[in-house]
Amino acid sequence: MGRRSPVARPPNAWTPAVGEPAEDRLVRELVTPEGVDLRVRLAETSERAAAFLLDAAIIIVGLIVLTFAAIAALVGTGGNEVSGQVVAVIWLLGAFLARNAYFIFFELTPRAATPGKRALGLRVAARNGGRLTADAIFARNAMRELEVFVPLTFLISQGSQVDAWLDLLGIAWCSIFVFFPLFNRDRLRVGDMVAGTWVVKAPRRKLMADVAETALAGQVAFAGRGAAFVFTQAQVDAYGAKELHVLEDVLRRTEARTIAAVAERIRAKIGWLRGESESDYAFLDAYYLALRGRLESRLLFGRRRRDKFDKP
Amino acid sequence: MAELRLKSVRFRAEREADWLRLEALVDKAERGSAASLTDEELLAMPVLYRASLSSLSVARATSLDGALIDYLESLCARAYFFVYGARTRALDRIRGFFANDWPAAAKAAWRETVASAALTALGAISAYLLVMRDPEWFSTFVPGGLAEGRGPDASTAALRATLFDTHHDQLLSVLATFLFTHNAGVALLAFALGFAFCVPTACLMVVNGCVLGAFLAVFIQHGLGVEVGGWLMIHGVTELFATMLAGAAGFRIGWALAFPGERTRVEAVGAAGRQAAVLMGGVLCMLFCAGLLEGVGRQVIQSTAIRYVVAATSGVIWLTYLYAPRGGGPALARG
Repeated sequence: MGRRSPVARPPNAWTPAVGEPAEDRLVRELVTPEGVDLRVRLAETSERAAAFLLDAAIIIVGLIVLTFAAIAALVGTGGNEVSGQVVAVIWLLGAFLARNAYFIFFELTPRAATPGKRALGLRVAARNGGRLTADAIFARNAMRELEVFVPLTFLISQGSQVDAWLDLLGIAWCSIFVFFPLFNRDRLRVGDMVAGTWVVKAPRRKLMADVAETALAGQVAFAGRGAAFVFTQAQVDAYGAKELHVLEDVLRRTEARTIAAVAERIRAKIGWLRGESESDYAFLDAYYLALRGRLESRLLFGRRRRDKFDKP
Repeated sequence: MAELRLKSVRFRAEREADWLRLEALVDKAERGSAASLTDEELLAMPVLYRASLSSLSVARATSLDGALIDYLESLCARAYFFVYGARTRALDRIRGFFANDWPAAAKAAWRETVASAALTALGAISAYLLVMRDPEWFSTFVPGGLAEGRGPDASTAALRATLFDTHHDQLLSVLATFLFTHNAGVALLAFALGFAFCVPTACLMVVNGCVLGAFLAVFIQHGLGVEVGGWLMIHGVTELFATMLAGAAGFRIGWALAFPGERTRVEAVGAAGRQAAVLMGGVLCMLFCAGLLEGVGRQVIQSTAIRYVVAATSGVIWLTYLYAPRGGGPALARG
């Protein structure tokens, strides 16, 4: 992506108005065949580790249940040889499947995520933006052998009379694979690299009510009582898009103290004298509506004001 | 008060219903599968997806409602993964794998397979020669658990008994399952270790050969060469072949990592990895057959001649299936 020619990315291309730079470092371009950049966000290493631990817990609990079920079945059938065989075969296959097929099975579903990943809002995707194929899923999970089970076996086999130097070498060798995701910018583990996949955040978001709508409703109610807010041109030119989004967040969260503090700051900045019956919330609502109206009409003329330091 | 409403608010009001409909469809599709959608819904999906994508573009250019843009981004991404994601039916996928993908992957990795075979042979021959000269070497090559009293000190009668024992009869299916899961684990390891520039996989192949060679040497010293061949080969043809293919899959990844050629290293490893994964899928199928042959076939069939016949037949079947040229068009789309 770093080698894109300037032609491919015209200077007018949409650039994020929201979002801290710290978050942008994990945002990647994903241009659909329709030519829209979906800007996917990669999963943090911590999120992936948490998802894996959840999955591991599910597998271990499953195995324990399976073991108890096998014992119960053995006892229940009186422990004759035929039933013993059947139970043993089921247990062996079950343990094998739990270890190897769990991840593959869940990642092949339309959600492309194990229960652990689903809980954290993650999913697997092909790095080239194309289809996530079955062989890619198989490859990324077959590599788990190297990333999880070899280090585990190594840890368990400690205490045998292995040379200290050999120990050290083994630890170094295992850590290369275990900590691989920390050392590349796309947070790829070895399996992702081999399969050409990565793990992205794909949370399910609900469509929230537009703050401008509630603000308008509030203002209409207010206007009925004869206390409409009218801002001058200079007053609505005080801020840019970034501040608008902060204001949006404040209004959505509806914490009385934050609202009072923010209202105070804005009044001081734009030189607004507080009316007698004016509530902080109504003032912020009205100012949000005015600011957004102003910025959006400028936007229609091709002028995006990023923040308050930008020229109005 | 309609004139007071912002343009972006009106924009949202006009399209909101479509977004919510798409969201409901995506929810439904993610919960079940593509099959859970009716024909009508399936046809509506791409249309709604494109409409939402265009809404996203417009919203980015004209709206300053941050929550709306976040929502559309997440909705479009989810719909994108579904619209352009893999939706081949499982049955087609499996048929494509057995008909084309697996043999094609095996053929493409023939050089690596030859290398694995050579390394295994190297291990087998050197271990054989060493044990023939000095039986003490046996314990170096074969861990105690695997030997089960089949060491060089055992008598000819005892060795013969291990070749034609029947005490496993009662637990054949358990033995077959255990052998399958154990061998599959080893094969997956051979594959995964290839990532470390082929070296550990190569070692694994040589070690595998050493165990084989040491066993052969012990039995041949006692004049049981023909019998041990039948005992070993009835499943060994399939199992050794599968192990070599697993090694080949590992080599393919390690080689692409070391020598990516024209492509970037990550791209080359990705392409090699996906192909090697197909091969590994096949290896697991072969190991399943080998487990059955070893756990059941070997215990049931006690005649050396028939064991050789089974071994030869399985060898011919695998070679023809994997390497015989086949007609037909280009490989089915994988997915």
